[in-house]
Amino acid sequence: MRNNAPLRRRGGISWSRRLKDYFATAMAVAALLLVLLPLAAIFIYLVQRGLGSISWAFLTQTPKPVGVAGGGMANAILGTGVILGIASAIGVPLGIGAGVFLSEYGRNRFGDAIRFTADVLNGVPSIVIGIVAYSLVVLKQKHFSALAGGVALGIMMIPTITRATEEMLLLVPRSVREAALGLGVSRWRTTVSITLRTAAAGIITGIMLAFARVAGETAPLLFTAFGSQFWSAKINQPIAALPLQIFVYAISPYDEWHRQAWAGALVLIALIVGTIAVVRLIASRGMMKGTA
Amino acid sequence: MGIPRLTPRPLRPREASPVETPPRRTQPASEPAGVRVRVGSRLADELFRYAMIACGLSVAVVLGLILYELVANSTLSLHQFGWEFFSTRTWDPANDVFGALPFIYGTIISSIIALVIAVPLGLGVAVFITEMCPQGLRAILSFSTELLAAIPSVIYGLWAIFVLVPILRLYIEPALIRSLGWTGLFEGPPYGIGMLAAGMVLAVMVVPIISSLTREVLSAVPRNQREAALALGATRWEMIRVGVLRNARAGILGAVILGLGRALGETMAVTMVIGNRPEIARSLLAPGYTMASVIANEFTEATGRLYLSALVEIGLALFLVTIVVNALARLLVWSVTRGVPARVHAQ
Repeated sequence: MRNNAPLRRRGGISWSRRLKDYFATAMAVAALLLVLLPLAAIFIYLVQRGLGSISWAFLTQTPKPVGVAGGGMANAILGTGVILGIASAIGVPLGIGAGVFLSEYGRNRFGDAIRFTADVLNGVPSIVIGIVAYSLVVLKQKHFSALAGGVALGIMMIPTITRATEEMLLLVPRSVREAALGLGVSRWRTTVSITLRTAAAGIITGIMLAFARVAGETAPLLFTAFGSQFWSAKINQPIAALPLQIFVYAISPYDEWHRQAWAGALVLIALIVGTIAVVRLIASRGMMKGTA
Repeated sequence: MGIPRLTPRPLRPREASPVETPPRRTQPASEPAGVRVRVGSRLADELFRYAMIACGLSVAVVLGLILYELVANSTLSLHQFGWEFFSTRTWDPANDVFGALPFIYGTIISSIIALVIAVPLGLGVAVFITEMCPQGLRAILSFSTELLAAIPSVIYGLWAIFVLVPILRLYIEPALIRSLGWTGLFEGPPYGIGMLAAGMVLAVMVVPIISSLTREVLSAVPRNQREAALALGATRWEMIRVGVLRNARAGILGAVILGLGRALGETMAVTMVIGNRPEIARSLLAPGYTMASVIANEFTEATGRLYLSALVEIGLALFLVTIVVNALARLLVWSVTRGVPARVHAQ
């Protein structure tokens, strides 16, 4: 078959095949444009409606009652910071540890099972994780709290960080580990000071992506952090969060609140896109060039 | 449990050749100080290994804990209603009568609308970026689709309420009623808010998932498949169809199913535009309700124990469905990105 393959026709490609080729290309380009359209529309609206409503007061004041103009979301911005801090304290160590396990000790059946579990956990709807954080923390404490919100988001960070850490550690050449071990460095010191160090830029990238992903999560906070109209940074009290505040304001019937919802959304997206941009910068400079 | 089986396979025995091992054993005999260091560091090694295994296990523990908490908190409703919970359509918290059918219906229909829109778009984008795109554009385009995935659900919802819904109400829905009203799928007043709006927002959110996974799968198809098709005189499209898409079928299906998993569990954006009415209507323009949004809306207001238990049971159902869907999708994607060389040689 190989040697007797029929030669291509002299006249080249028939017009109907060529037409089909053009048509397919046109469809792919059309799909791309249709996908980029909402992206552009969302950013244009966010900037247009959000910029007009962002003011110094918005960034420094707490919400005013309905009907009173002004006020802001400063407490929600602080609250998001507190919740994300708790989430990172839970998700980052566990995620890195699990990633180290998968890459250094998990090249076997047991590791495959954990890897698969992490992927499945990644797909669990955030609202379900909210229910679990509610029954684990809120029911025990008898009230909503920043801690419960942090637990929910922390759980969501684990699988992303696990897989990112594993991937980055696997990129570290075997020879680097062998060099350390050959010098008589113990196994754990090799992992901590050599392997993890070498992959640090990539792992930080993964952590920040996980961070950006949970920063905008709303569903799991509805019945854990619950939201608040006041300044609070206590982890045992209900706390405001930027996405929650945007949700409440967006579905309210008041124009003033709608304006503030857009402004809040602009702040949130700036936080997330900023994080991703920093990630890109790290990724393009470090050893992970070309992998992110 | 699984730990003893792991011990025989530490890194060192495989890495260090057998030739190197004897000196290491003889060394401590001549240097007693070295013995203590080795014992100490071996203990540290073991501790470190167990700590890392514990972290790895935590992933499984979390998943188990989720299942346990969901079952434990929904027993009341499980006993009270049994399987009828999923087949009756009355949702009446005041009288403690709970049937989840309207929510299941809403979840399925809104996800189907999303997939109908998102699958062709996602595939088109993936094919364009991997097969047709000029090199210079590729980075920008993949960054843009990545950005689409990074926008939080609430912001999609906000945008949908104030931009998409008015467009639907004023232009698209009246046109659909006029042209396709006879099918019965587009009946009733054009509220803007409803199943169609929810499906469209979901579509925008699902496209990046489908396209990024499809891209991964497409680039796993070996280069020689493409070259073989081109060498036989195929046009670019024929090369993509025969050489690329056909080889990546299983993986693409996996990507689509993973998108479905995301659509099923998506909460905020849907809650904001679907209308939140627990009814089953044939028209796609009518308001509906989904499993995730009923939990989001009613969980904090659920006063009775049975009410709360019924909501948790909906959560349990959602959890189990997404687990199955995700597991299936992962297996399909792995079958392509991992098994490619074997399959190519077999052919």
